[in-house]
Parts: sequence; C-alpha cells; structure tokens
Amino acid sequence: MEAHSSEVFVIGLTVFFLACIIGYYVVWSVTPALHSPLMGVTNAISSVIIVGAILAAGPQGFDTSKIFGLIGVVLASVNIFGGFLVTYRMLSMFKKKTKKTKEKE
Amino acid sequence: MVAILYLISALLFIFALRGLSHPESSRMGNIFGIIGMVIAVFTTLMFKSVLSYYEIGAAILIGGAIGSFIALRIEMTALPQLVAAFHSLVGLAAVFVAAAAFYDPVAFSIGKVGSIKTASLVEMSIGTFIGAITFSGSVLAFGKLQGTISGKPIVFKFQHLINALIFLLIIFLIILFVINQSPTIFWTIVIVSILLGFLVVIPIGGADMPVVVSMLNSYSGWAACGIGFTLSNNLLIITGALVGASGAILSYIMSKGMNRSIINVVLGGFGGEQDTSASKDNSDKIVKQGNAEDAAYIMKNADSVIIVPGYGMAVAQAQHALREMGDILKKEGIEVRYAIHPVAGRMPGHMNVLLAEANVPYEEVLELDEINHDFPMTEVSFVIGANDVTNPAAKTDESSPIYGMPILDVEKSQSVLFVKRSMATGYSGVDNELFYRDNTTMLFGDAKKMCEDIVKSLSA
Repeated sequence: MEAHSSEVFVIGLTVFFLACIIGYYVVWSVTPALHSPLMGVTNAISSVIIVGAILAAGPQGFDTSKIFGLIGVVLASVNIFGGFLVTYRMLSMFKKKTKKTKEKE
Repeated sequence: MVAILYLISALLFIFALRGLSHPESSRMGNIFGIIGMVIAVFTTLMFKSVLSYYEIGAAILIGGAIGSFIALRIEMTALPQLVAAFHSLVGLAAVFVAAAAFYDPVAFSIGKVGSIKTASLVEMSIGTFIGAITFSGSVLAFGKLQGTISGKPIVFKFQHLINALIFLLIIFLIILFVINQSPTIFWTIVIVSILLGFLVVIPIGGADMPVVVSMLNSYSGWAACGIGFTLSNNLLIITGALVGASGAILSYIMSKGMNRSIINVVLGGFGGEQDTSASKDNSDKIVKQGNAEDAAYIMKNADSVIIVPGYGMAVAQAQHALREMGDILKKEGIEVRYAIHPVAGRMPGHMNVLLAEANVPYEEVLELDEINHDFPMTEVSFVIGANDVTNPAAKTDESSPIYGMPILDVEKSQSVLFVKRSMATGYSGVDNELFYRDNTTMLFGDAKKMCEDIVKSLSA
C-alpha cells in the first residue's frame, strides 16, 4: 500500500488486462446451454465487493462509513447466497436428466 | 498472506467459470466458486482493522437469509427478472462501498478525509458511476421483465442527444469531484448516473432483454473492477474483469443472434412503431388451422420431430406438458429433439434451463448451429411460442427489419406445426409467411393447454 500510487495503479492495470484475457477465453468455452447458470455464477462472484464493504464496516463505533459498509454487506450477501443457490438449483436440473437417461439406456 | 489467499480465491472463481464448459463439471465449478467466496470473506475478516464481527455477521445473516429465501422460492420461468434484480444489488453495493471509502478513506488506506489521493478519487467516482447505472438500469429491466412496466420500447425525441449530454455532465461532475472532494458532488454523480441508467434501458424492448440483461451483467463486473482499483485490491479487479468479460461476450452472442450490432440494440426503439405497417396484405391468404388431434396424428406418423421452443412456452409454463408429449413420441420410436435459437427467451440460455427443469435430457437439446442442417431430413417441426426466429423473411426479404438474422430452418422440414395464441406478429412486428404455407398447420391456443391436449390425443 505504501508504494507509489502510480506503480500500484499500473500493477492493477496489468492484473486487469490479464484477467480480461483469461475471462475472454474461459467464457467462450462455456457451453451455450449453460449461459443462464453462467449469469448466476458471475452474479454471485461479482458480489466479492463484499470485501470492500467488510473493510468499511470493520472499525468499532458507528459512523456514516460504517453504516454504508453494513448496507453493502447486506446487499452483497443477498447476491452471494442468492446467486450461488439459484445456480445450484439450475445445475442440479441439468444433472437429474443425465442420470435418468443413463438409467434408461 | 492476505494477497496469497485472495489469489487462491481469484483462481477458484476462474475455475468456477471454467467448470461451466460442460454440465458434468459445472456443479464442481459452482462449489469452487463458493469456496473462493468463503476464503475471500474470511481473509477480509482477519484484517486487523476489522473488529465489529457481530454487526458484520448479522449483516451477512440478514442478506444471506433474504437471498436464500428468494433463490429457493423463485420459479424458473422468472429467472430473467431474478437475475436483473440481483444485478441491481451488485450495482447498489458498489455505490455504497464507494461512498464508504469516500467518507472513511483511512480504513482503505487511500488518504484522509478532504485529501484523498487523486487516482483513488477518479477510480471511486468511476466505480460509483457504473454501479449507479447498473442499479437503475437493472431495476428498470426487472420491471420490464416482470411486467410491472410495459415491455414496449419507449422512444422520444432527442433521446440519444440527451443521454450524451448527461454523460458529458457526469464527466464534468467527476472532474469537479476530484478537485474539491465535496460530498454534495459525490451524491450528485450518484443521482445523475441513476437517471442515465433509466434512460439507457427505457428505449429497449422486451425481446431485446437478453442483450440488456447480459450488458447489465457486464456492467456489474466493471463496477466491481472500479471498486477494486479504488481499494487496490487485485481480487476485486480480477473478478470484476471476469464478470465484465463474461457479460460482454454474452451480449455479443445475443446481438449476433439477432444480426444487430450491440450499439443498435443499446440505442433501442426496435419494433416499436412499425408494428402496423409491417403486417400488410396477408388478410386474403389462407391459413390452415388444426387442433390437437390433427397435431397428434401428424406427429405420430412421423419418424422425426424437432421442437422449437420460444418465449411463449415460458409464458405459458408449457415445458412440463411439452416434455410429456416428447416422451410419448419417443416411446413410439420417433426421434425427438429440441432446437434452441440463441435469443429464444428473455435471457441467455433461458430455454435450456426451462427444458432442464422439465427433465428433458440435455443431449436432446441442440443449438442452432448443431441442428439447423437437420431440418431438411425432419418430418415435423413443432414450433411452440416462437415466431421471428423461424421467419424465412430473414433470409429472403431485404426490406424486413429482421433481414440477416440467423433463423432455424423449420420451413425445410416436411411439415410445420405452429402453436400460437393468435395470428399476431412476433416482437419484430413482422408477419411470418410460414403461416400461409401449405405444409403449415396452425394450432391456436395456450401452449400448455395445447400440449396437454396433444398428450391426451396421443395416449388415446
């Protein structure tokens, strides 16, 4: 954190572009049939901003920042639980069928 | 140590997406995602500055309970709304985190109140801007998908000019904010961005929703990225970029499915006013109507049937009845497959999930590229709740608004059964000449009811 802010920014930018490239290749490999679960998962993981909300809510005592942080934690938690659960529900539907067909065969 | 744990968490998120390359590996992927999130949260809780465990724990429990309740109760047909609603929360959370960082910069080591580092201020306001747009855009998309607000595109004069001006205003506000760090300007940015989010989604119509939902998905990722830059947190940057890329690719796939550029969809207003002008001289043409028994008879005597579902199937919740129909046909030794157009439904992969819910084996559900060359060898195409995606005008009529859109070649099969509520045109407002062909039989009625009646006739 103590490094020059421009340096930190360049590191961040490096990480950003590399992550975009990884994202590009990983997402193209997702089968179109699972595009809805993909939205569910990305929705859940984008709520990783809960990390920032926790940092804001962290200090003891109550001030504006902490209240914002706690609201952020609640909102992000709705998404994290909701996103992963709904994805789980979708994916388990894709499972049931395979078992059934295999049994039939 | 923290950086390493965050890295592990980021890698797990990448594996979570990678898992979705196949249904078999996808569930493991989801578990990787959950583990990654748990690591991220616990790592953050271990920070020395984080002390208020009870409040944070309570907040997580409240949010978690709400999220779980909704996720477990939601009908699969309502998925698009749910996803839109969730996106709005990500956007709102981003705004709150940015606000928190602005009010207590010390907690994030980005300076002191009134003298926050310039770079952090820029990143913070960009995160806020994208977050607020995601929030209001998603709320409106939710309203349109839920039916609370009309799905019709709302277009008015100088729309694009107004949006452009508002965008310039926001840039100006951001510059002002960086200079004087005033809370008033911060909240003005939030409010103006919220307004812009509404204005951006307002002209976009119901059937373009797959693109909008994917775009908002993308925005929610970029918002997380913005916050990641503000906090110099690589985990947020990586995850935001993954989500942003994912949403962008989905938007691209969806727009390609309609042969329209993303810009064209974003500018919106498609299919609004030309509704009446497009359906012209077809009143004198003869439509062959049939009932459930005719449909049952036609399909029973075929070797192969391809089912083409569309949004109408979702609206009527016909997927279970449809699967039952497919099962009976399969028992008769008829080859039954499903053809999915990329933009069928209201979100990417919508039809696949609904068919999966109805226990249709995913091997029988094929994408446009995989199945399109099979239509000439197919006896019956059973189109249920789809229209524009089968319209041959997309290939032949250069003046048609849907010209150039890839379509499912149902016209090439020996006969076509169309389940529709009425002769109304599809979303594009274009008449479908297929309805008037000799080998087409129209089955008017509710999709679910029709499937149930066909099932009855088949088993009789």
